This record gives sequence, structure tokens and C-alpha cells, in this order.
Amino acid sequence: MPHHLAWAIFLLPLGSFVIISFIIRPFFTRWPQWAGYTTIASIGIGLIFSVWTLIDVFNNGPLYVPPVDWVVIEGAVTIHLGLLVDQLTAVMLVVVTLVSLMVQVYSQGYMHGDGGYCRYFAFMSLFTASMLGLVLADNLLFLYVFWEGVGLCSYLLIGFWFHKPEAAQAAKKAFIVTRLGDFGFLAAILLIFFQTRNLTGAGTFDILFLHEHATELAKIGFLGASVATWAALGVFSGAVGKSAQFPLHTWLPDAMEGPTPVSALIHAATMVAAGVFLVARLFPLFEASEQAMLAVATIGAFTAIFAASMGLVMNDIKRVLAYSTISQLGYMMLGLGVFGYAAAMFHLFNHAFFKALLFLGAGSANHATGTFDMRQMGGLRKAMPWTFATYLIASISIAGIWPFAGFWSKDEILAHALEHQPALFVLALITVFMTAFYMFRTVFMTFGGEYRGGAGGEHSKPHLHESPAVMVVPMVVLAVLSVGSGWFNFVEGGFPHFLEGAHGEPASFFFTVLAHPWPWVSLLMGIAGILLAYAMYSAKWVTPERMGQLFAPFYKLFSRKYWFDELYEQVFVVRFLVNGLFWINQLFDTYIVDGLVNGVAEGTLVAGRGLRRLQTGQLQLYGFAIAVGVLFIAGAFYLFA
Amino acid sequence: MDSWYLTIIVFLPALGALMVALLPKPSPRQVKLTSAGFTLVAFVLSVVVFALYDRNASGIQFEQVAPWIPAIDSSYHLGVDGLSLPLVVLTTFLGILAVLVSWKIDLRAREYFAWLLVLETGILGVFTALDMVLFFLFWEVELIPMYMLISIWGTGRKEYSAIKFVIYTLIGSALMLAGILLLYFAREPHSMDMALLQLRGVTPLFTAIFFLLLVAFAIKLPVVPLHTWLPDAHTDAPTAVSVILAGILLKMGGYGMIRLCVNFLPDVAREFALILVIFAVISVLYGAAVTLRQRDFKRLIAYSSVSHMGYVLLGIFALSTLSLTGASLQMFSHGVVTGLLFAMVGLVYDKTHERNLDVLGGLSRQMPVIVVVFSVAGLASLGLPGTSGFAAEFITFLGSFTSTQVSYIQVYTVLGVVGIVITAGYILWMLQKAFYGPPLERFDGVEDADRLEMATIFSFVAAIMLIGIYPAVLTDVIKLGVAPILPW
Repeated sequence: MPHHLAWAIFLLPLGSFVIISFIIRPFFTRWPQWAGYTTIASIGIGLIFSVWTLIDVFNNGPLYVPPVDWVVIEGAVTIHLGLLVDQLTAVMLVVVTLVSLMVQVYSQGYMHGDGGYCRYFAFMSLFTASMLGLVLADNLLFLYVFWEGVGLCSYLLIGFWFHKPEAAQAAKKAFIVTRLGDFGFLAAILLIFFQTRNLTGAGTFDILFLHEHATELAKIGFLGASVATWAALGVFSGAVGKSAQFPLHTWLPDAMEGPTPVSALIHAATMVAAGVFLVARLFPLFEASEQAMLAVATIGAFTAIFAASMGLVMNDIKRVLAYSTISQLGYMMLGLGVFGYAAAMFHLFNHAFFKALLFLGAGSANHATGTFDMRQMGGLRKAMPWTFATYLIASISIAGIWPFAGFWSKDEILAHALEHQPALFVLALITVFMTAFYMFRTVFMTFGGEYRGGAGGEHSKPHLHESPAVMVVPMVVLAVLSVGSGWFNFVEGGFPHFLEGAHGEPASFFFTVLAHPWPWVSLLMGIAGILLAYAMYSAKWVTPERMGQLFAPFYKLFSRKYWFDELYEQVFVVRFLVNGLFWINQLFDTYIVDGLVNGVAEGTLVAGRGLRRLQTGQLQLYGFAIAVGVLFIAGAFYLFA
Repeated sequence: MDSWYLTIIVFLPALGALMVALLPKPSPRQVKLTSAGFTLVAFVLSVVVFALYDRNASGIQFEQVAPWIPAIDSSYHLGVDGLSLPLVVLTTFLGILAVLVSWKIDLRAREYFAWLLVLETGILGVFTALDMVLFFLFWEVELIPMYMLISIWGTGRKEYSAIKFVIYTLIGSALMLAGILLLYFAREPHSMDMALLQLRGVTPLFTAIFFLLLVAFAIKLPVVPLHTWLPDAHTDAPTAVSVILAGILLKMGGYGMIRLCVNFLPDVAREFALILVIFAVISVLYGAAVTLRQRDFKRLIAYSSVSHMGYVLLGIFALSTLSLTGASLQMFSHGVVTGLLFAMVGLVYDKTHERNLDVLGGLSRQMPVIVVVFSVAGLASLGLPGTSGFAAEFITFLGSFTSTQVSYIQVYTVLGVVGIVITAGYILWMLQKAFYGPPLERFDGVEDADRLEMATIFSFVAAIMLIGIYPAVLTDVIKLGVAPILPW
């Protein structure tokens, strides 16, 4: 395969962004639909190329793409811009282009008639280009460049309806919280450059170089740990921000203020998974450090159960899905931390499809009801059969029910956890139960029972309708993948072997997996979760209110999100920083630093005013002063000479 | 081999000022067109010089030497190298844009534009002079127009700010003059020429010279705690003058530090590098902290300069090729980015007559073009990749972190990197306050940028993106200027 095609995958959506921003938006305002067509065409071609790349890499191994000079300063730094197309990248390319294409098609229906239609597709194109650049980059610097690029697009798209104060606030929060993590990432890049220079005489950002020399970095000590540990932890802090892991998880639920297709693409399937991808990309570096691996596994497992607990009680369907995303990303992190590199990426792959589908389903429900509050929905299964069916499939998949996609990857992560970190395995197993419960809670609340009136409340007339075909078709495609994407495990070599660049036996077979005991345990946990949701929200054997009273302290803890928003925003940012530390700085600046400056000026004035009194203009006084002076000098002369 | 290019570039604006002053009863439009014409030619010529600069030969080029005061070996000596060339281009670029930004000024237009042009000549002289007397002369020339521009066409406490600026700078100048004289006598043979050899070693005399010069430049840059003239002067100056002030005048400080302090006295610079790096980090963090507390649009941007110039100081005194390249790039980048930010604040103020961020809000409906450009400027200021701000800050960080001249510089660099988080905080907060949220009734009917304004601000954007996407345009030249400075 010619390597120009790899460039084309990245450049096509970038071109789409340029065409929409500089041609369609200013000059063809009356045909905004062309913005959508341009985006879809560019990403569609990108998808074809991506699939081609995947097949090529599958057969021939990584593709070599010659790099281009960017900045060269002799004796100090040489920065190339190059592409790294290996198995990991090839898989990510297909995920990104496929989900993006589906979301763009769907968006034509969802965003129909919105005043910012062109702007929306311009940003979506830019996002897709940045995301593709991120997975294609062959060095850390350019990975970071596109890393920030997707962050920017996320900011712009969360704040797409910027006239809503909540949207503007959420956009800002997302950018700043993720940037907090990026600070560590940037520091890690600096450290890696510095240490590779010590190692070889010329610093580098090259990812493959890091793969080969990670063990050497692990041998160099630095501030009480190895360089590999510090670098890995720094990189991980970037991943924690981007993938909304604890303690930087607070931005993702708020990010739901953006248009729903944006949530599906950016805040479920691709950008938030970039953190997982980043850790996978630098996996040899992490493997070289025990501490880093432990940190990844612990944070991942904790986030998985922590976020799931909040997902249990939310009434906004998108918020449930947001917490679910955080929780699932935690799963992937756990997978990486317990050396299940392929398992984690497999889960990322499957999750991208079923989670994007869940969001599109929520968007479809919103399209009909005008609300995201599940308490105002209900009964949608009759009027929206396609939305219901696809949403149900995705829910079964994420709940980890055999033989749907989610089952296969979740099972592999659990197997790795059991082997390396049994304590974390228990957390993950409980999370399986919680996941199944909150997902089927949304299914029953949204689609089961009777319609409760939508945005208008009980008294508005129900005018439910299925979404147009342009929205349904992408959902059906994703539903097929939500069932079958896990079966890639059975193709020649299997998903894990492919990722690790080897051809061999498939990891597990369709039925043989059920011969082992542990898959049954996780399966039963999932089914138990579904049954509990059924009992509470469909059959109403126990009402949710009763459960809420029973577990009142927990309910409060979960629904107030453990008070993290208050802690960060009110206590840390407002009280401690802005009205504390920074306030003191400002006072210091105004009264001490500038006060001193003005004080010197004032002092000069006062001194001048004082000395001016001597300038009386009376000759007698001047004469007297001269006489005193003469006498003084004469006296001094007489005494000393 | 003498080249007349630089002399023409430097004195074209002054000639323009003379024309403006002598035109018989010109209409304001004629005054503006004349000013625009002269600054445009100066800009075009400086781009020609930039293009013709021989990247293979490096060193000082386009030299012109004429004897001036032979008794102290002082000559009229102009020339550019990789360090000054980008700043010359920046000055002429902002020169023409400052004229365009001032297009709506009709109060005593003749005087205003004359002073603006004289100011440009003064700054260009500083960047091209290769003789210390000449350098000092141009350094002082810039003061008078600045005083006039702030105190006559400014707003708020304009007289206070103008006098504060002048006195502060003059204190620096006095110290610098003493430093230059000491330097003259310390060198054998005595000479005022700047293209001569370095003084190696650390002696009390060298140290004294170093700090006399340094304080003058530290005031200009500015370095905390010598910075309080800046927010006052920037805030009260008319828009175009704020653009020039933040865009180029501050760079005189950074340029002077490299050209005189580090270049002449590298060993003294290394001796005191650590303390200056600490001051740099303080400037970055303290500046950012105080910025976050500002409620006045213009004052906020003014304070952000204190923080951003801290990166320049960090890059300079990390004393590596890469860090000095980064510092130079940061000077250029900050010039364009903050120039644009001040131009944008000026536009918003012209149209809304409001600068209080608590009162502004929801303007993105009324000003769709302005909000886009303002966002680009803001994102460049917070160092988003793809803009010049990222390229400059990243190279500065990389050069500082890997420097071998200052002990524990890694720690200070990482502390400096914290600044980018706070910067993101105040920039996004500012954008949110001014532009997002529901449109306010009181700003109904406020107009967006007109054609001339769009041309002006899009020029800035083009420069920001060009440097951001392909920084080698500048670094290929800057590295030639930086290479000969560090002797070890």
C-alpha cells in the first residue's frame, strides 16, 4: 500500500475543515448541507483507506512512512513529523473513521435546521483530523500536538451552544481539567527528551525508540524512582485527564452539555479513549516500571467502580452514559495495568461501537421527547422500535452478556486482573453487576412503561415518532457491530495476537470459553444486575424510592457525586486559589510592589516640598547660608591643614 | 561592503513623520494614507532583507559603518543577525498594523501619526544599532513619543501612567549608561562597537557592568518586581500604542539582555543564571496569579504579558542554544499574539464602550468575526499547538529543561510549565465572560469588525498560524544568531 494513503487518511478531514471554514461557510451560506456532505465524503474515503491499511498491516506488518523535517536546530534538536502505522494504529484508524462516519451521517438528521450547521461540521472534521493525527503520530511531540487539538475541538463542541451558560461553563471546565493532566504529560515529554539525550547524545521524541530503550530508562535513577517510572507517571497523568479517570473525572459528565452526536463521537468512542490509547502506545515504557503499572491498574479499577456508583442514581440519561463511559475507561486502564494490553485495546474497540450507539440512541430519544430526563420519558419502545431495539442490543453488549461484543473483551480484562491483581479483580467484578444494573435501569425507564410526556411534562400531548432514516441507519450499523465486533477474536490469529504483531491461535473460541468457571461468574453478575433493574423499574417489586430510603446515605453520596465538584470548584479553585493565594498576590502587587514605587515617588515629592522651604528668595538668608558655609570650610581648612 | 537597506528601513518612518508634520493642511485621511504608505514600504523592505539574509553565511549582515565619534571609537554602525532580524520584521509588521488600528483616530491626527512613526524609528534603531552610543540614543528616542501618545491620546489615569512609564524607563537608562561607560573602559582597546569580542571571566567590575545593564532591561521586559509600570501604561495607552508597547517595546528588554548582558559577559551571566531563572519562574507564576484576579479586559491582558515575558527570561538564562532560540521565538510570538489581543480589546471597547468583564457578556452573537479572532489570539496565548505560542513555549521549555549550565533547572522549568495551566484558566475565563452566555440587550446593535479591521486582525492571525505550523521560518534564522553567543 502506498504510504501516501496513510497521509491522506489524516489530510482528508483536515481538508474538509478548510473547505467548510473558508469556502462553504463564507460563500455558500444558503447550502449548509454541503458542509455535511463534504465531511461525510472525506471521512468515508478515509474509512476505505483505513480498512485497506488494516488489511495491509495484517498481512505485511507495520507500514513505513518516511518522515518530514519540522524544526532542525543543529546540535540541539531535530524534530520530524512522521507517521507510525502499526497494528495498534491500524485498529484505531478503523475505529475512528467508522464511528466518526456513522456519527456524521446521524448528525445530518440530529442537527437539521440548527443555525450553526456549518460550524458544527467544520469542528467535527477538525476533530476527526486531529484524532487521526493523534493515532498516526510517530513521535511524542506530534502526539501531544494532536492531543491538544482534540482537546480544543472538545472545548469548541461542548460549548457549541455557547449562549447557554452551562455549556460555556462545561467547555471551560473540560479544557482546564484536562490541561491539568497535560501538564504532567508535557513534563514527561521534556524528561524523556532530556534522558534520551543523555543516553544517545541526541534527544528524541520517537515512540519506537522509546519502545526499544524503555528498559534502559528504567535503570537510570531520578528523584527517588527510575526515569521510566517518572516518565510513565507523567504520561499517565495526561491519560487520566483525557480519559476522565479519578481524580480528574469531573469534567466528563458536564461535557454532556454539547450536542449528543458530539458526546457519542468525542466523549464516548474516541477522544476519551485516547488516554487508553496513549498508555497502550507507550506500553513498553509502562511495562518497564512496576510502580507505574500498579498506579494504572489501581486508578483504573477504582475509577471503574467509583464512576459506576454515580451512574446508578442519575436521572439524566446522558449523565448515566457519561459515568458509564468513565467506568468503562477505568476498565480499560485496569486491563493495561494488569498487562492485558491486547485485552484493553479489544475493549476499547468494542466499547467504541456500543457506547457510541447508546449515545445515538439517547439522542434519538431526545429528538422525539425534547428531554434527557428519564423521569419524563418512558414507553418509547412502541413509537420508536428501531431506537429501542438498537439501544437494547448495545445495553446487552455493555452488560457483558454472552455472546455480545462486550462479553469477550470484558472477560479477558477480568482474566488478566485475576492473574495479576486479585483484589482489583473483585472491584471489577462488582462493577460488572453495577454496569448491568444502571444500563437496564435506563432501558426500563426510557423505553418501558408508559410515556410520561417528555419535555412538556405529564400534561403535554404525546407526539412520539421514530427518528428519520438518516439517524436510524447509523444506529443499525453500530448495533450489528455491537453484537459482532467481539467476534474478531475468532479470525485468524485472534485480536490479541494481531495487536502483538504475531499470527497464531485464536485467543478463545465461541463456546469453549463457557467451559471455564470464571466467565460464568461474570455472566451471572451481569444477569443479576439486569434482574435487579427489572425488579425495581419494570416489575416494581421494590420501588426505587424504597431503595433510596433504605440506602439513604449512599444515595446522597452518589447523587451528589461525592461532592467532588464542590471540593474542586468551590473549595480549591474559588476559596483557595482565586480568593486566597491569588488574592494575596494581588494585594501584594497593589500595596507592596506598586506601593513602594509610588512611595518612592511620593518620598521624592515630600523631600522636595521640604527642601523647597529653604528656597525663600530672601537674599539675607542666602547670604547667611553662604557666610556659614565659608566659615565652615575655612574652619575645616584651619583644623586639618 | 555597505548596505543601505537598514538605514532606509530605520529612517523611513521618521521621514514619514516629517512628511506628516510638514504637509500643508492635510486632511486626516491624507495623514493616515501617508503614514500607512511609509510603514508599508518599511515592512516590505524588511521582508526583503529577511528573504535575502544569507542562511549559509550567518553572522551580521546588511552592515553599514560610518565614522561618527572617532575619539571614543563610536561609529554609525547598523546591521542585523539572526537575533535582531525577526524583531526588525516584527517591528515593521506591527508598525503598519498600528497605523491601521488607529484609522478611526481624528483627535489631532497629524501629531498622533507623527509620534507613532517616530516611535517606530526609535525601536528599529535599537534593534539594528551595533554601536553602544547609537543603541543608547535610539533607546532614549523611543521615550518621548511614548510619553506624548499615552498622555494625550490615552484613557483613564493617562498622565500618571505616562509619567510613571517615563521615569521608570529613565532610571533604567541611567543605570544602562553607567554600564555602557564601564564596559567601554573595561575593554581593551576601548570601543563602543557592539560587534567586538566577549569579556570572559567573572570580576567585580564585570559583575557591576552586568547588573547595571541588566536592571535597565529587566525594567523593560519587565521582570517582577520591576513590572508595575506595565499594567498602568498598557491599560491607559490608546489601542495602537498598547499594541506597540506589548508587541515590541518589551522585546527591547529581552533583546538587550541577550545582545549586551549574555553576549558580552557570558561567564557573569552563567554565574548569576540560577537567581535569574528563579526570578523568571516568579514572574511566570506570580504574573499569572495576578492576571487571574483582573476584572478589566485590558488590564488582564497587560498582566498576562508579565507572565509570558517570564518565559523569555527563563529561556535567556537557561543559557542553552535551544533555550535562547525559544526565548527569541517567544519574543516574536508574544509580539504578534499580545499585539492582536490588545487590538481586539480595542475593537471591543470601541464598539461597546465597556471594558469591565463583569458587565460584558454574550457578545459572540453580535460580533461573530471578532469572537473567532479573539479566540485564536487567546488560544495562541495559552500555548495551543498549531499557534506560535506553542512552538515558542515548547522550544523554550525544552531548551531550559535540557540546559547543562544551571543546576536543578529541571525543577524550575517544570514550575514554569505550571504557568500554562493558570494561563488556560484566565484566557478561557475571559472568553467566557465577554463572549459566551445569552446575548445581552444593552449590546444590541453593536457592530462586528468592518473590512479594514478584518484585514488588520486577519494579518495577525496569519502570522500566528504561520509560525505555529511551521516555526522553522523563524528558527532557521534565529539559530544563526544564537549560535555564536554561547562560548562553551
